Amino acid sequence: MTVDFEPQSEEEAAEIVRAVAERSARLKLVGGGMRGIVADVAADAVLSTRRLCGIVSYNPAEMTMSALSGTPVSEIEAVLTERRQMLAFEPMDPRGILGLTGEPTIGGVFAANVSGPRRLSAGAARDHLLGIRFVNGEGAVIKSGGRVMKNVTGLDLVKLLAGSHGTLGLLTEVTFKVLPLPPASATVVLSDLNDAEAAGAMARVMAMPYEVSAAAHLPESVRGRFLGGALPDGPATVLRLEGLTATVSARAEKLAQACSVAGPVAVLEDGASRKLWREIRDVAPYADGTERALWCISIAPTSGHQLVAALRLETGVDAFYDWQGGRVWLRMEADPEAALIRRFIKALGGGHARLIRASAAMRAATPVFEPEAPAVAALSARVREKFDPKGIFNPGLMG
Amino acid sequence: MRVSDQIAFLAPRRSVLDRREAIIADLADLLPPGCLVSDIRGLVPFETDAFIAYRQLPLAVTLPETTAQVAAVLKYCGRYGIPVVPRGAGTSLCGGAIPQEDAVVIGLSKMTRILDIDLANRTATVEAGVTNINISEAVMPEGFFYAPDPSSQLACTIGGNIGMNSGGAHCLKYGVTTNNLLGVKMVLFDGTIIELGGKALDAAGYDLLGLICGSEGQLGIVTEATVRLLARPEGARPVLFGFSSSEEAGACVAEVIGAGIIPVAIEFMDKPAISICEAFAKAGYPMDVEALLIVEVEGSEAEMEATLTSIIEIARRHGVTTIRESQSATEAALIWKGRKSAFGATGRIADYICMDGTVPLSQLSHVLRKTGEIVARYGLRVANVFHAGDGNMHPLILYNINDPEDAARAEQAGNDILRLCVDAGGCLTGEHGVGIEKRDLMLHQFSQADLDQQMAARAAFDPQWIMNPSKVFPLEGRPAA
Repeated sequence: MTVDFEPQSEEEAAEIVRAVAERSARLKLVGGGMRGIVADVAADAVLSTRRLCGIVSYNPAEMTMSALSGTPVSEIEAVLTERRQMLAFEPMDPRGILGLTGEPTIGGVFAANVSGPRRLSAGAARDHLLGIRFVNGEGAVIKSGGRVMKNVTGLDLVKLLAGSHGTLGLLTEVTFKVLPLPPASATVVLSDLNDAEAAGAMARVMAMPYEVSAAAHLPESVRGRFLGGALPDGPATVLRLEGLTATVSARAEKLAQACSVAGPVAVLEDGASRKLWREIRDVAPYADGTERALWCISIAPTSGHQLVAALRLETGVDAFYDWQGGRVWLRMEADPEAALIRRFIKALGGGHARLIRASAAMRAATPVFEPEAPAVAALSARVREKFDPKGIFNPGLMG
Repeated sequence: MRVSDQIAFLAPRRSVLDRREAIIADLADLLPPGCLVSDIRGLVPFETDAFIAYRQLPLAVTLPETTAQVAAVLKYCGRYGIPVVPRGAGTSLCGGAIPQEDAVVIGLSKMTRILDIDLANRTATVEAGVTNINISEAVMPEGFFYAPDPSSQLACTIGGNIGMNSGGAHCLKYGVTTNNLLGVKMVLFDGTIIELGGKALDAAGYDLLGLICGSEGQLGIVTEATVRLLARPEGARPVLFGFSSSEEAGACVAEVIGAGIIPVAIEFMDKPAISICEAFAKAGYPMDVEALLIVEVEGSEAEMEATLTSIIEIARRHGVTTIRESQSATEAALIWKGRKSAFGATGRIADYICMDGTVPLSQLSHVLRKTGEIVARYGLRVANVFHAGDGNMHPLILYNINDPEDAARAEQAGNDILRLCVDAGGCLTGEHGVGIEKRDLMLHQFSQADLDQQMAARAAFDPQWIMNPSKVFPLEGRPAA
């Protein structure tokens, strides 16, 4: 990808945006070269944040960090790990499923609101974002939020910009909450449940006081692709516990006991547990070097398996479930079938489907983001117009 | 009617006041009997909220029973440019629900149905007038609760909580309203009904839900909400830690968090707050200490023990003088009763203004000391009772509301304290909102460009500025209508 602009400061970024806006040209915003869904944006020029790089401040005792938006996630995680802290929302590394070699940036993570398995218990990326600085479509530098945990001063533009995929502004700096790295991790594996039984079991477990931090169901079709095939035979319903070493093993024991009525139970200790959840986070089974259509679906947890069952009657799909069943990673055997998937989601009470991967031709023919109800779409368009009146940022993306 | 001369409202729209009788007649046509209040006596209960420094009767109060009725009233008001002030239970501490002379209040107090409880998905869908505590009570028998717990939770409504993005003592672990809200049905200024989010953990498109939460009734009126429920922990235990100075207590909080220990709650009270709360609740707070921390831990017995051991070790390094664990559920309830009734109990002995700035934890001791100095300089007294774990301070400045000079001094002291919080790297308000109270301090925290962008976002929802129009943004520097 040719990059036209690589500003090294917020000021320079604002100048570039002002110049582009003056010409009424269109600008594609990228982080560290993750092609992802912005690949199809048709623009006159590309601006990369990768030289807006560096940790601005890190105060472990206050559990906050500020970083320029182009800072690699790997750099941030390395610094956090040294102080036994982490990004609790567990952002995925999309390089495997997208077949990319770029470097995910922290700005990209928040711009796409990327959250992993712990989203179920600890919240999404947007829940950890405390403050932002950004350049709006007129080239003005705006700040919102701050660096404290609780802040209701003025409208929360922080949430609005999180997940806006660079369509409302160019993030230049993000301030976020970090949390202590749990000293221990263990995973209770419940085997042999079908998708529907697993959904029921996960709902029961989440009603127990054992503080399950992540819950996923790995059907037989994908089970062998985790931990190099080392999970017990049969579909695996996996439940993660985290915390102090002593309490994690005590909770694991109680949870295993409670689950044992439903089927065979095993417990994965620390190393295996951590590895398994990294693979779930990064959607390892579908990091298959193909361009087969891959959907990420958000739906009520108990409806995920119903959606997959309904789709199976119509088309070839493979799927596994995170977030207690409420996030479905769905790989299509052929066409993306966007209309079918979205119709079924509506029928099951709502949610949304985002096309994460597909061939260029399929992407061009398929709405990547879930189309919104007309009144909401109109409102979103008005909001966008207020941040980027000339429509210079990532045209065509998000409606 | 005006008590404080410091706070200006927008000049009433003459065109609206002149049509008062006609507007009331039209509203009566839109609503069933018993849903419109327009006589002076009936309007008085709506003239202020828990920020009692200002009172103003509205033009009329509507109390719709359905989303469709809310939409009908808003459509009417939008069409004729009549200001609208939404109201939940009227417990706002920053004047968020205080009406204005030319405004129609839309009160949600009749919309109190719990519509759906879905334990498998751990969600509750309720009408906006349902109280915060009602949600937790409805799911308590099954072992669930709704996490945000403002002190006013017996009275405040979920609609108001969303409007102000309310917090509470237990937010340290569980987050505030925005982190526990999954979806809303809401009505825009022109009567359009929209739905955002639902039972899925993430919604499509822009995070409008995140923008609406904490928007102080300026973007629309929420009529239904879907919130996240959580499983109750195995056990929970509040423990009292007494210190011989506020600085030591503050430093202890910073070290606990810094050590990676995140209890469910860490609440702070200074000596004046302890005596006020103890006199009211008889909670058994130690009276021979200068500062008190209520630290709540939860989980299994073993987990609570392990966490407490680490906290006690840190507290000892900071010279803790008293450690008292609650021995029973009754004792635990009393400890929380004392804390949660702090504002009410203070109201028994004096009038007060409650500040709500949040500061970085490393600044806690510094800001506490400076707060004391500021208040002393104005010849007033202060009681500090607040959420220390997340740095959300609540100095209560005590004064006499019937003495205008005293009131003016209290307001000035409050402004100085909020500036102090911002200068220490914090913000004006952590959980109560800007309302009218902190509106004119906004430029201390934001640049005009920052506010312009917020106001532009606001205008995408309410181009005519009829929704709670006198709040949040300084009256000067607003876009021309």
